[in-house]
Amino acid sequence: MRCIFAGIFLSLLANGVQAELSIQITQGIDNPIPIAIVPFFWQGAGVLDEDIAQIVMNDLEQVGEFRALSRSNMLSMPSEEQEVFYNDWRVLAQDYLLVGKIDRATGGQLVTVQYEFFDINRETKLSGEILTGSVTQLRDIAHTISNVVFQHVTGIPGAFNSEILYIVSEGAGPENTLFRLEKADYDGARAQVLLESGEPIMSPSWSPDAQSVAYVSFETDLPRIYVQNLNSGERRQITNYPNINSSPVWSPDGSKLAMVLSKDGSPDIYVQDLLTNELMRITDHPAIDTEPSWSRDGRSLVFMSDRTGQPQIYQMELGASSYDIERLTYDCFQCAKAQFLPDGVNLVHVRRETRQDPMYHIAIMNIETLRTFILTDTSLDESPTLAPNGSMIMYATKFNGRGVLDAVSIDGRVKFRLPSTQGDVREPSWSPLLN
Amino acid sequence: MAMQSKQIFKIGILVVALSVLAACRSSGDAEEAADSSSASESARPGAASTAPALSQEEIRAQNALRQTVFYFDFDIADFKAADRDTLTYHARDLAANPNKRIRLEGHADERGTREYNLALGERRANGILNYLIVNGATRTQIEVVSYGEERPAQTGQTEQAYDRNRRVEVVAR
Repeated sequence: MRCIFAGIFLSLLANGVQAELSIQITQGIDNPIPIAIVPFFWQGAGVLDEDIAQIVMNDLEQVGEFRALSRSNMLSMPSEEQEVFYNDWRVLAQDYLLVGKIDRATGGQLVTVQYEFFDINRETKLSGEILTGSVTQLRDIAHTISNVVFQHVTGIPGAFNSEILYIVSEGAGPENTLFRLEKADYDGARAQVLLESGEPIMSPSWSPDAQSVAYVSFETDLPRIYVQNLNSGERRQITNYPNINSSPVWSPDGSKLAMVLSKDGSPDIYVQDLLTNELMRITDHPAIDTEPSWSRDGRSLVFMSDRTGQPQIYQMELGASSYDIERLTYDCFQCAKAQFLPDGVNLVHVRRETRQDPMYHIAIMNIETLRTFILTDTSLDESPTLAPNGSMIMYATKFNGRGVLDAVSIDGRVKFRLPSTQGDVREPSWSPLLN
Repeated sequence: MAMQSKQIFKIGILVVALSVLAACRSSGDAEEAADSSSASESARPGAASTAPALSQEEIRAQNALRQTVFYFDFDIADFKAADRDTLTYHARDLAANPNKRIRLEGHADERGTREYNLALGERRANGILNYLIVNGATRTQIEVVSYGEERPAQTGQTEQAYDRNRRVEVVAR
């Protein structure tokens, strides 16, 4: 069995086809930037598990700004500056070139990865570096190189080292379903199970230092909020109030959790101090208030309420009276699950336009001009989460009856879908920038 | 109205008392009870015994208690009017059995956001909770939990699946 597996793997390599599950780009832009990414030259023995050039290529193509040159069309395969002839790349109409080589570090188990990045039109080297790590860190090194390239060309920091949390449910029938909280690279690679349960798990959320996650688990038969440390694995039940305990979201400074509790009758927004456990009630209304999200400065919360009959989005300063709630959306049948872009003006949310048309899309609304832009065209889109560099939004939708994770650029031009795994996948949560 | 419900309540007590008797007699098998009642029903003309009528009420109560799933219309938190009588029997059953504990599990279909659906499931279960309490159940007998859209009874993106999923289930504890 292992031999067959190895055989398949080798034949994939021989065909020049990457063995990894890659993201499917479902919509690209008209004029992507042409970039040549030459396979990195490996000076050691055997075959490396990861193809750095291929990972960089996937990274850059997924975000849509780039189109990578096919390897079979390359006229030369340089691995360092002395071997680069700009004309080889100019005739192929390439704007940028990335080359590199990988070597065993002297004496140890580590490898060194040298990369160099060139502007073909200006005939200059833009960047170059030697990175050291273990062979198990080749993916991380590749993503770091993608970040460098992305930032050089677009001026925006790359988020290719970021990770995602999401929920998977699997199994037939309500009584046999297994629920998992998983963490993976932003592209779905290297998935890890953080918690598995026969009872539902919901609403995963990152601490701002990316060391811990908060989520809702029904493991006691009731929805309760837990915080789990990603390094030690230690987990702690944070709440045990009657009725609904849900929607935990960390404040930007990491000291508090906003949450939803219905202990006083109907779901309202609360903030719990994680050090003192002091609980502060934010909203007080007999309707449903839920889905809190912090403003960047941590001084106000955006949330959803159906106090006018249908879900609409509201904003409230912490410590303000409950009369000082500002309604942000008016022109939709249902607007929900809102989160501000870094500019504090554009609001990502889930939108259903009319009662007649049961389509739920991811949309962005400018709260000053009230201009709304619908980003997706599938029908059951929910749980939008913003990349830490603000460039893309990941969300959950249905494809062929199964839950999948899609991503769209904030201008709506690029879309990609994460590789399918087993079961129903949903509730993505994108990490802060990781170092 | 109050008079009427008092009357119904009295009948309910009687029904419960009789059903306890019936249980002692026949180990409580529902089908057996049904058989004997239809037999006595066919013998009804002429015979002025009150037993057949009460037995019918007993069947009604038993059937009502057998219905443990209550469905809801889209975007509506109130249970259907057609389920009112059935829920009244559930309330009387709880009133007559103070040691009995149930759990009301609220659910929603997958349309709309997950957190909102969690809240909607609770709102539906609370609607039934309040009705049961008004009709004689005690608050401590009933636990409410919402699963939102996390535990669908039927998967798929059809109206039929959505109809099956907007529900409150009564679960014995």
